[in-house]
Amino acid sequence: MAIDLYRIDDRLIHGQVIVGWGQPMDLRFIVLVDDEVAGSEWERELYRMGVPPETALYFASVDEAVARLDEWRADPRHGILLTGDVDTMRRLTERAPAIREVNVGGIHHRPGRTERLRYLFLSAEEEQILRGMEARGVVVTVRDVPSARALRLGELVGAARTA
Amino acid sequence: MSDTATPPTPAGPKAIVLAHGNVADALVAAVDLITGRGDRFSPLSNQNLGAAEIDALLRERVDALGARVIFTDLPAGSCNFAACRLLKDRPGLIVVTGVNLPALLQFATRDTASDADAVAAAVERGGSALRVLTGRPSGH
Repeated sequence: MAIDLYRIDDRLIHGQVIVGWGQPMDLRFIVLVDDEVAGSEWERELYRMGVPPETALYFASVDEAVARLDEWRADPRHGILLTGDVDTMRRLTERAPAIREVNVGGIHHRPGRTERLRYLFLSAEEEQILRGMEARGVVVTVRDVPSARALRLGELVGAARTA
Repeated sequence: MSDTATPPTPAGPKAIVLAHGNVADALVAAVDLITGRGDRFSPLSNQNLGAAEIDALLRERVDALGARVIFTDLPAGSCNFAACRLLKDRPGLIVVTGVNLPALLQFATRDTASDADAVAAAVERGGSALRVLTGRPSGH
């Protein structure tokens, strides 16, 4: 699989993605799926400036990502697809059934969210969306860096409730 | 020398150091330990913050201090993206990424330069400080 990781991360491109995941997997391209970033030349240039030169960067709206997903999946290089929020990944997985597994990497504190892990805060709606993705057969795991244990969503929510 | 004869710390450029974990705190503490000029910098961490929250925190600190220079640690890190995002509506702002202790020491002790000159000197010093040392030094 050319896209090794489908990740939800509200920081989008950052150290954990480029170094934590990118180094061990020999990351060569990133697909950043975000309607706002895709529509802003400034934001696109900002991210281009930061990523290592050997890493190609593609920006896409959800519509564009759906249209180009097969192309990226056939790419012989190793890649990561990122969304900045749960709902964008939901929209993508609903229209792209080829995505069978989603990594929840980092969603930070905001009013209305409850802490599940140090790096994971979810609102009731976000939790519901993730559960809905699982109900559709998508494997949802929570893990910030590759060396951490991947937690299943049910395991995580159960642990938080009993804490 | 009596306390009254101690020269005041010269007013130099004020900068923010924004980095992962405790890196900024540690770097600024080290600058203070070595030069007594840690107050030239305001340390910030991105710890446990999403991108929007890092943006907001940095924007607030830049405005509060009137800072014109931001040092960040990692080019592809969330700290650096937040800093560069500020460049859009703050034309005089300078962002330097890949910060290390030699760079900050140079910046802290450069008293008379403009922001741009102080930054250029810091970048040169910080970059040249990264070197490989192996074997016995020649001449010994």
